[in-house]
Amino acid sequence: MRGARSAKWVATAIVVALAATACGGSDDGGDGAGNPDGIVRVDGGEPQNPLLPTNTNEQFGALVVQNVFSKLLDFDDHGEIFMVAAESVEPSEDNGTWTVTLKDGWTFHDGTPVTAQHYVDAWNWAANIDNNQNNSFWFADIVGYEDVHPAEEGAEPTADAMSGLKVVDELTFTIELTTPVSYYDYKLGYDAFTPLPDSFYDDPEAFGEHPIGQGPYEFTAWNHGESIELTRYDDYAGEPAKNGGVHITSYDSLEAAYTDLRSNNLDIIRQVAPRDLPLYRDDLGEDHSVAQPYNGIQTIVPVWYEWEDTDPRVLQGVSMAIDRETITQTVLDGSRTPADSFVPPGVYGYQEGAANGITDFNPEEARRLVEEGGGIPDNKITIQYNSDGGHQEWVEAVCNSIIETLDVECVGDAKVDFDTDLEAREADEVQSMYRGGWFADYPLNVNFLKELYHSEAQSNYGRFDNEEVDALFEEGDAAATLDETAQAYAEAEQVLFEEMPAIPLWFNNVNGGWSENVSNVRFDSAGQPVLSEVTVNN
Amino acid sequence: MGRYVVRRLLQMIPVFIGSTFIIFMMMYALPGDPVRALGGERAPDEAQMNALRADLGLDEPILQQYWNYLTGLFQGDFGTQIASRREVIDVISEALPATIRLTLLAFVITAVVGIAMGLIAGLRAGGKTDAGILFFTLLLISVPVFVIGYLYQTYFGVKWGWISPTVRDSEDLGELFLPALALASLSLAYVARLTRTSIVENRRADYMRTARAKGLTKRRAVGVHLLRNSLIPVVTFLGVDIGNLMAGAVVTEGIFNIHGLGRAVFEALKSREGATVVGIVSFIILVYLVVALLVDLLYAVLDPRIRYA
Repeated sequence: MRGARSAKWVATAIVVALAATACGGSDDGGDGAGNPDGIVRVDGGEPQNPLLPTNTNEQFGALVVQNVFSKLLDFDDHGEIFMVAAESVEPSEDNGTWTVTLKDGWTFHDGTPVTAQHYVDAWNWAANIDNNQNNSFWFADIVGYEDVHPAEEGAEPTADAMSGLKVVDELTFTIELTTPVSYYDYKLGYDAFTPLPDSFYDDPEAFGEHPIGQGPYEFTAWNHGESIELTRYDDYAGEPAKNGGVHITSYDSLEAAYTDLRSNNLDIIRQVAPRDLPLYRDDLGEDHSVAQPYNGIQTIVPVWYEWEDTDPRVLQGVSMAIDRETITQTVLDGSRTPADSFVPPGVYGYQEGAANGITDFNPEEARRLVEEGGGIPDNKITIQYNSDGGHQEWVEAVCNSIIETLDVECVGDAKVDFDTDLEAREADEVQSMYRGGWFADYPLNVNFLKELYHSEAQSNYGRFDNEEVDALFEEGDAAATLDETAQAYAEAEQVLFEEMPAIPLWFNNVNGGWSENVSNVRFDSAGQPVLSEVTVNN
Repeated sequence: MGRYVVRRLLQMIPVFIGSTFIIFMMMYALPGDPVRALGGERAPDEAQMNALRADLGLDEPILQQYWNYLTGLFQGDFGTQIASRREVIDVISEALPATIRLTLLAFVITAVVGIAMGLIAGLRAGGKTDAGILFFTLLLISVPVFVIGYLYQTYFGVKWGWISPTVRDSEDLGELFLPALALASLSLAYVARLTRTSIVENRRADYMRTARAKGLTKRRAVGVHLLRNSLIPVVTFLGVDIGNLMAGAVVTEGIFNIHGLGRAVFEALKSREGATVVGIVSFIILVYLVVALLVDLLYAVLDPRIRYA
């Protein structure tokens, strides 16, 4: 808790200060239309990569890309699909070919109409290995991907287009998949599946500095390291933005952003710093702040090369030895919600209480299970984590919980930063367990299970390998309908709780807030504010 | 004197090459791979990562990479960032002005307030003022900079609203005043202490007695003779400190949201952007070297007994 004491009383001082000068602001309750040209000021940071949807995979870039580009479809708070730029996305009988029909009348910010060809060209460009796009693997399901993106080292692409993408007419194209997938439309809801205008190909580099999309906001300026300006696109064919534009200010620290929010220099903060968590709901008022779960989960993952020979009951016992309720409320100040499943609640296929008590704090049962399973190897657990991410406090709390209940040794193994942490995971050098985290790419239980626990999944750093689970995953992928897929994966989730490839801890919460200047602020299940719905008061 | 300067400038070349080499190697030795880091939790496929490495020249042996970097440097090419694909020189030149303004402002505060306090304390050594200043500087030295920063921000910025709590326009010196004050606090205390000690020591020196004896006013004796002679250790400290202020502003920059070099190097370090780190650190080394030279030359101005041939 480095610096926590000083931080707390500073926060207290702020409260006192504001209480003393409280100017009884009259809140409009959020039904007024407000100033249609008002600018919303939101906190952000310097995007890591050039601003291409196919190259952006971190939050600061995503905040821009998601507002400048409109996706084909999007998801509601229960993980159900609704159409945005697409009129319809329909699978063939066997789910092997998907037909996308676009809505008519959409234009890019440079005025040119959006056609099916723009989608196909953009995806072909992004999948090409020579163009070095971070998200190129998203196109791997499409027939012909290996021609533009050969897997062998040093191999040159043999084609410049994927044969699986075919333009039918101006507004229709088809996607042929290498293997049928019943939930491919969920994948199409990722940012990478957006179109690029013709002007992009003249100078991709300049485009990355000044993207031209077809979304609700037009990109106006990027003042590197300081701010990004977006302006409402008046010819937007979807639901128009209710404000004049967005000013994204880059903050080096969440504390600074919060201070600015309190002194009215900022309208929306997307996440409050740990320093301000205990008080922000009181500071801002319940009607100007949120604390709601979003599609992210935190786990601790036992590495299979150390735990393979241990009875899974031991891990179930360890899971029951952790007092999630207390830790999330005290150490984490309510910034997380205790997990009861491998899948967060905003995700399609989430089963309430899937854990069947395994994630409940139950010291007696925990001791019994560990004993029956033959005890914890060497009576010692280490939890590897990166110390630059604010994890130390809860890792220690989890360890204390385990020590108190099971009377074994438990220590944190701090790696200086995430890169170092990842390197140890990739090299199979984790001593016992590591901190795992996952955020939804698309809100379907498949994404939270297959990517982490399939024996060949790239992010399966625990090296969990179970034939029954793999088989259930494959059965789910081959299923005819989305519901059957989700069902098969739900069954697999039950098996996972018997095998315990990870111990679910909690779901991440959005802890956001907004000023008196704005109304109608809502955060979606991905944890982002829905900026186009925000209204600016006077 | 001219030859001395030329010799010193020439000496900078091996120092510069040596230090860039060491930093380059250190970056290489750090665990973690910048190309892998692009993918976050989810790695890009191996073929894609290899293509990127080849594209950026990261697949070559480390000495070859260093050679490429160095030859590029002498042609004015500071390299390209791995993630953003932007020129490192652009990144540096964006962050630099804010840092220079902040550093200079903090430096002026340090020098003026620090020397003034030291002088007053030194001349009244043992008195109440001296004790007061002693206590005040002790306070500044013992309170960490982030506490001072948040304190200033809360009281001057949020509570009393005299000044914007964060810096939104780094060209506005008024907004920079608060962070500069926070940044200067520690050095200021050292400078005051150093000046005081030096003044107390020299106050009873022979030349002071002579100065008074030959009829100089107290003001002149102190201002010209005492202060000038007492400033040598202080100037040495200030010289080193300019580099410290520049590189060590990470915390202050974070609190007041200033997008300067400290922040840039911290971010680059985290994402293993070798070229950016080496570029910024090399720049700071250059600043150190030049300031060290200036300090040495200043000695001769302050104390005529010191000569450079």
